[in-house]
Amino acid sequence: MARRYDSRVTTFSPEGRLYQVEYAMQAISQAGTVLGIQGTDGVVLVSEKKVLSKLLEQDTSTEKIYVLNDDILCGVAGITSDANILINYAREAAQKSLLTYNVNIPVEQLVRRMCDLKQGYTQYGGLRPFGVSFVYAGYDKIHGFQLYQSNPSGNYGGWKATSVGANNQSAQSLLKQDYNDDMTLEACCSLALKVLSKTMDGSTLSSEKVELATVGKNKEGNVYHHIWTPEEIDALLKKEGLFKKDDAQT
Amino acid sequence: MEVLIGVRGPGYVLLASNLNQVRGITIMKPDDDKSRVLNKHNLMLYSGEPGDTVQFAEYVTANVALYSRRNEELELHTEAVSSFVRRELADSLRSRHPYQVNLLIGGYDITDDTAKLYWIDYLGTKAEVPYAAQGYASYYLLSMFDRHMTPETPMEEALALLKKGYEELERRMPLSLGGFVTKCVDKDGVRVVDVTRGIQLVA
Repeated sequence: MARRYDSRVTTFSPEGRLYQVEYAMQAISQAGTVLGIQGTDGVVLVSEKKVLSKLLEQDTSTEKIYVLNDDILCGVAGITSDANILINYAREAAQKSLLTYNVNIPVEQLVRRMCDLKQGYTQYGGLRPFGVSFVYAGYDKIHGFQLYQSNPSGNYGGWKATSVGANNQSAQSLLKQDYNDDMTLEACCSLALKVLSKTMDGSTLSSEKVELATVGKNKEGNVYHHIWTPEEIDALLKKEGLFKKDDAQT
Repeated sequence: MEVLIGVRGPGYVLLASNLNQVRGITIMKPDDDKSRVLNKHNLMLYSGEPGDTVQFAEYVTANVALYSRRNEELELHTEAVSSFVRRELADSLRSRHPYQVNLLIGGYDITDDTAKLYWIDYLGTKAEVPYAAQGYASYYLLSMFDRHMTPETPMEEALALLKKGYEELERRMPLSLGGFVTKCVDKDGVRVVDVTRGIQLVA
């Protein structure tokens, strides 16, 4: 047992591990799945909500997907209150960069800034790491549409398709099977919902349990982000034949 | 009496500065280059308080280079460079000792393939313009550019126009400017296109 080396987050264990970081990742593996898929003309984020209630104000609250700036969205897996701090930090960093350069911050730079903050909590300060992993979907003129993932250690990577949270391994292998480099945003949305339906527990698959958001380009060639309404999500689920509603739920 | 001049045309910016460096009644240097290359496609000309000028110009150069190092050699494009510089001057204005530096920034903006010329003064005023000058030169040259420069004027014509401008400045300004060095910024980068020294005027 590694109890001795747990309390100080900034210490290595004799095996060279950072236990607090690993425990944080454990916490995240219990959280609702977030999937991201990058296509030729956009990026999609899809997530499984854990807080379910008819009383929840669906239209105005998002549990897992947040807007960082005009061109970048992120999906959250883990402790939501930790995520809020990081999201606020990212929003400020994005605006600060806009203030200096008058140009939207490149996606990777924003990801890196958040990750550098997360890394700090693994090395100094004596505070525990953030219990959040993110999937970022965004656009910039340099690399076009991009997808990134980061975790409590402060590491990040660029992905074509990825997932975090519960069942992320099975989601990842399903994505590996079905993903190809020529997918349009529409195809990505369909694939994301298909994969989510296979990895989710429970019999319900509707906008009650699913959040969906996209970053794409409209007809005029301008980049937009869109967090889908429950109606739009249900419409797509029905179109894909994935819609399931368990009426016995309260 | 430092002179900075810039003209912008299709796909290029010509930037020029006078060659004399004067302190009091002494010409310190007859080949002074009042510019810094910020990165491959951006050039900045500076004038103003001696000392502040080079300090600020080198500070900008270093920060532009740092950005590229930090971000996988991504080159800061002209619009972003000018915004960064303007922000620095605006912040400096409300500090204990503001930088008294006036600038012309010319570049080939790689994000939208257009040439851009920015006039920025020590207050942090920024304007993207087709032609401009810092110092007394503007009194003589702007009307000339109004008359002869268009958005389609090719580089060679613009250079000839600039040379007429240098002649005019030597003829009408009471202090010798010592000639001019002219540089061009286009999609291929920054290069010197002309060095005109000691313009002789027949009385």
